[in-house]
Amino acid sequence: MIGKHGMASGSIPAPTPPAAAAPPPVPLKDERLAQISPTARLLRRPEIGAGLAAVVVAIFFWTQNGLFLKLDGIANWTDVASTIGIPAVVVALLMIGGEFDLSAGVMTGSAGLMMGVLATEVNMNIWLAIVLTLIAASAVGFVNGYVVMTTKLPSFIVTLATFFILQGVNLGVTKAITNQVAVSNIDGAAGYDSANKIFGGSFWSPHDFRITVLWWIAVTALATWMLARTRVGNWIFGVGGDANAARNVGVPVQRVKIGLFMTTSFVCALTGIMIALRLASTQAGQGVGDEFQFIIAAVVGGCVLTGGFGSAIGASLGALIIGMAFIGIQFSGWNTDWRFLFLGVILLAAVLVNNYIRKRAEGARR
Amino acid sequence: MSTNGSTPLLEVRNVSKYFGNVVALKDVSVQVGAHEVTCVLGDNGAGKSTFIKILSGVHRHDEGQYLLDGEETHFHSPREAKERGIATVFQDLATVPLMSIWRNFFLGSEPTRGRGPLRRVDVKSAQDTMVGELKKMGIDVRDPDQPVGTLSGGERQAVAIARAVYFGAKVLILDEPTSALGVKQSGVVLRYVAQARDRGLGVIFITHNPHHAYPVGDRFVVLNRGRLMGTWKKGEISRDELIKMMSGGAELDALTHELERVLDEPVAG
Repeated sequence: MIGKHGMASGSIPAPTPPAAAAPPPVPLKDERLAQISPTARLLRRPEIGAGLAAVVVAIFFWTQNGLFLKLDGIANWTDVASTIGIPAVVVALLMIGGEFDLSAGVMTGSAGLMMGVLATEVNMNIWLAIVLTLIAASAVGFVNGYVVMTTKLPSFIVTLATFFILQGVNLGVTKAITNQVAVSNIDGAAGYDSANKIFGGSFWSPHDFRITVLWWIAVTALATWMLARTRVGNWIFGVGGDANAARNVGVPVQRVKIGLFMTTSFVCALTGIMIALRLASTQAGQGVGDEFQFIIAAVVGGCVLTGGFGSAIGASLGALIIGMAFIGIQFSGWNTDWRFLFLGVILLAAVLVNNYIRKRAEGARR
Repeated sequence: MSTNGSTPLLEVRNVSKYFGNVVALKDVSVQVGAHEVTCVLGDNGAGKSTFIKILSGVHRHDEGQYLLDGEETHFHSPREAKERGIATVFQDLATVPLMSIWRNFFLGSEPTRGRGPLRRVDVKSAQDTMVGELKKMGIDVRDPDQPVGTLSGGERQAVAIARAVYFGAKVLILDEPTSALGVKQSGVVLRYVAQARDRGLGVIFITHNPHHAYPVGDRFVVLNRGRLMGTWKKGEISRDELIKMMSGGAELDALTHELERVLDEPVAG
């Protein structure tokens, strides 16, 4: 009786009689699904654009200066890329979850300063200072998330406020305590050598790859596994794609989002600690503006600004491109100011490509 | 397919709902049995939305009784109703367009394996289950990683229905599942309705389109301005009578006359 509504061209099986033991209808293949080729499937990956771009950029700078792809050169740009890449990965997770954190950059500075002040002014063991700093950073992340969730204000505004509050604190407190705009001589603190070995040192002796590169790879791998293979990962995509739909099927939206804010602050603080340990000092203005590099890396890596789509590997590739550009422009002997132009062009291209992909993925019908 | 002699899965007796001094629903009684499709029909403003919101636990009724398996029940939240086996597929479908079909299917209830830090989503089993469940509804998903947004409206209904059935729904409430669809797609969705019924669910099918309700319905409930116009079993009412009941008889005659005059005029183009 409903057969006359059936779809044309045999894409829908014949109606089954309403008998209890009727076998399930044998589905015929849907001609619209059959068109997905392996190439199309590959193109659906969020990080594919960033991967291709990274190869192009690497080859381009190699043609400018052959040193670029030698081990010493690689050690140079992976160093820069790693301290952008570690925060970029968690910023990407947050963006997939549908939120922003503009305080991510300045948090790296705050963490370095807090650890430095505790170690040099309070004479605390550096390890204890690191632990306290990470706890404080998580608390800031919690406040970010809690305010966003309870007020329903855009995270863009809430974390912009956090950004300026932290920037003010960084300058004000540092000046008040040290009478300077920096905290230095961190290397005099107890436990510095062991902490620096783990967070700030280098490996592979003649080329001196930074230890942060290993951290970067580990954070990327962990985040990728989490997104692809854990329940929380699925929830992150869900809350970012459609928070209401996710709530309706039982996802703890608030907990997931607050957790993401806390993770972002925690990992950004860890990055700040790595930078401060390596330099044995921190400027009060450290990290200001870096949040845009993290966001650019995430977006270049395929994260969609409205949430629900993106990848951790993509954000890492985005950071890799930024690192290559910063060092490549130096290697090529150009004025380093050009790197901002480069970042802008890369960002615009990435947004255009992502927009196109997202429209195709969402489909015309809703 | 009558529920004579046995307790209906779900029954409401004389339920009423007031919003301030507005009577949204007054003295509505409906029975829903297993293996049955109960169609709730009515024009805009008839009280259909209020009615399903009471059934799905969004609103609480002010008067009357709500019986689940013969036992009086008061739901405090949609979640509670869901736990008791009442699944509602609202018009927004609760699917995330950019997520793959299998991730949507299991969102919030992902199957896992392994322990401790190695506890992970059992992707293979999730994908196979989803493909199998949709196959039962006559949909061949060749690529479980396909984003839901690329499915047609009808297929997305199917995903939402299959998910509700898989997670143990006894009563399935479908809120205007065909309203945004074309003729063919509506037919496909009606087939899913019939399949859910064949699998033993009590289906409540909300619609304002009697042409969609008539072919699959076992029972027809017509609401008008918050009141029950009547309940009929299949065979007790014809399609034309159903249409008439929905709009209140005389009004429709006038409208039909009007429409015929419009249609008689030649169309340019």
